[in-house]
Amino acid sequence: MTEIVHKIIIKPKKGWVGINLKEIWAFKELFYIFSWRDIKVRYKQTVIGIIWALIQPIMLMIVFSLFFGKLAGVPSDGIPYPIFAFSGLLFWNYFSASLTKSSNTLVENENVIKKIYFPRLILPFSAAITPLIELIIAFFVYAGLLIYYQYTPTLEGILLLPILIFLSFLSASGLGSFLAAINVRYRDIKEALPFVIQTLFFVTPVIYPTALIPDKYQWILALNPMTGIIETSRAGIIGNQPINYGLLAVSGLIAVFLFFMGIFYFRKTEKVFADIA
Amino acid sequence: MSQEPIIKVENISKSYVISHRAAYDTIRDKLTEFVKKPYELLTKKKTKDTKETFWALKDINFNINKGERIGIIGKNGAGKSTLLKILSQITHPTAGKIELNGRVASLLEVGTGFHPELTGRENIFLNGAILGMKRSEIISKFDEIVKFSEIGNFLDTPVKRYSSGMFVRLAFSVAAHLEPEILIVDEVLAVGDVEFQKKCLGKMESVAEEGRTIIFVSHNMNAITSLCDRCIVIEKGIIKMDSDVKSAIYYYLNNSVSNIYKKSATNSKNPEIIKAWFENANGETTDQFFNGEKIILNINTSNKSHVPFEISIAFFDHIGRPLWNFSHIMHNLKTLPGEERLNSKITFNPPKVTVPKLIVDLAVGPKGGFPFFDHIQGALKCSIIDKNDGANYIRYPEWPILCEAKLVYQTIK
Repeated sequence: MTEIVHKIIIKPKKGWVGINLKEIWAFKELFYIFSWRDIKVRYKQTVIGIIWALIQPIMLMIVFSLFFGKLAGVPSDGIPYPIFAFSGLLFWNYFSASLTKSSNTLVENENVIKKIYFPRLILPFSAAITPLIELIIAFFVYAGLLIYYQYTPTLEGILLLPILIFLSFLSASGLGSFLAAINVRYRDIKEALPFVIQTLFFVTPVIYPTALIPDKYQWILALNPMTGIIETSRAGIIGNQPINYGLLAVSGLIAVFLFFMGIFYFRKTEKVFADIA
Repeated sequence: MSQEPIIKVENISKSYVISHRAAYDTIRDKLTEFVKKPYELLTKKKTKDTKETFWALKDINFNINKGERIGIIGKNGAGKSTLLKILSQITHPTAGKIELNGRVASLLEVGTGFHPELTGRENIFLNGAILGMKRSEIISKFDEIVKFSEIGNFLDTPVKRYSSGMFVRLAFSVAAHLEPEILIVDEVLAVGDVEFQKKCLGKMESVAEEGRTIIFVSHNMNAITSLCDRCIVIEKGIIKMDSDVKSAIYYYLNNSVSNIYKKSATNSKNPEIIKAWFENANGETTDQFFNGEKIILNINTSNKSHVPFEISIAFFDHIGRPLWNFSHIMHNLKTLPGEERLNSKITFNPPKVTVPKLIVDLAVGPKGGFPFFDHIQGALKCSIIDKNDGANYIRYPEWPILCEAKLVYQTIK
């Protein structure tokens, strides 16, 4: 066995600190195990387990199709309402689950933070990654719907999917890290988050098309990274309209901005987490 | 190989800002502050600054060489845990520098990160990873961990169905199989039954013999004596002594433990001890007794929640060896009623011992004893000297020492 000397210098930390990727890599097993724990615990002591991940989006789709599609007559860009709503719900559910989980992750793991050292960023990141399982399961339902309604996704749309998922992850984990860091000090975040997410839901074109919003307000929708992501996925997969690359670029930039802002704020404040948690 | 110390601690200080307001900041507080501020500036009515800086550690310096086993002792709140937290990188120092030349594992609590919904098997992997073990390492030690924990058939049961004893045994077994170059251990042996504690100490000793560096915080002087070869005494954030174990423990017990324990009641709802002292048969406060003389231990408690509670008391000699103890189960110290303020008098005739310093641990707990609401280690001291020649050499009868106690209580107005 070769002896590797780990040299660590502990000093007071001041100001802004970058991301120590090397350190996060060294703790990759912990990252993996936190994610594994969240997945394992999620459906413990339920009878149907992971099937819940199928039922939730399907039920929501049915409810939305009934109330918004049928009763309220919300337009859906000329595509059947169920498939329209589901294509939005896919990404939205992932985003809201990731954001909620990563925002609460520091408070929930307070005990571990106070007793063990590890790069704290692991927590919001793994919390933002685990809902990917549900996203993947939802994709199977989506594929089923596409077959049923006889839509063939474009190749362009399929190739864009990983990018769209990645951008959703960047937005959710960035905003989540930011809120998680504030949540440690101000528990108000935990109370405010559910209704903020609900509000965000209505300013995201999940259950209505962007065309419904007057042109002069369109830019507000564009500031929400999920707008570009959902619109692009609809255009690419269902092919109801050409892909708006301008909108996607704006969303992408905002997602990247959210990601770095979240991380840097998190890193700046993390030194006091153990003292105030 | 370099002869450099494995740990170099230079001028480490840590301060906390204590706010005398609510325990949590809320945005509402910030908002009212925001509204009030301009008004205060206009009227020049300054509100009193409610913030205060508290130095948990001040200018700590020491070096540890490879293979040394250092004990750290000191009263509750002396700064021991803060020092361990800085060494384990959980919290950052306000000033100073530490150099660590090796892989560190810290064990500040047993069972950190254990998830109640997961099985024993799953928790071994989870906890192992949290403590810094590689997956392959856990797999290779898995059988050993299970065997050490004695949990047997419960391996695939969710730990929420474990008894607290099983939980602690499993948690400690994982921790005991860590193999870092530097092991930092906080008061973790205070839990679990006596037999298992001994087993853990044995395991830690064998770890120490493998030449690992250990930093061990404990109130258990016996454990420190048997495990460590050097000892640091911390008092109010300052190193008071850094020497061999015997002198350090002697210094600590003689200088840090007083003959009267006093604390102002906190905001805690649970029962807590606010004052304790010794009296002789005539009701005079004293800390000197003759061999065979009746001793009365007074304990005043505050109890805002009005739950019934029990008192436990343990006696140790001047180097931390356990002598005897009183508790509800073994000695029929009756369960006390949920009165807000109580004075309890525990009267006992000590067995035939002479001890230069008798150190007392006090605790209050719920019915059944555990977990303690308030536990003060090294709360009090007294001495028992020989009636005939006044000498205070140690003389022990055979162990275990049996001693009977009687408890009477009264409400304090």
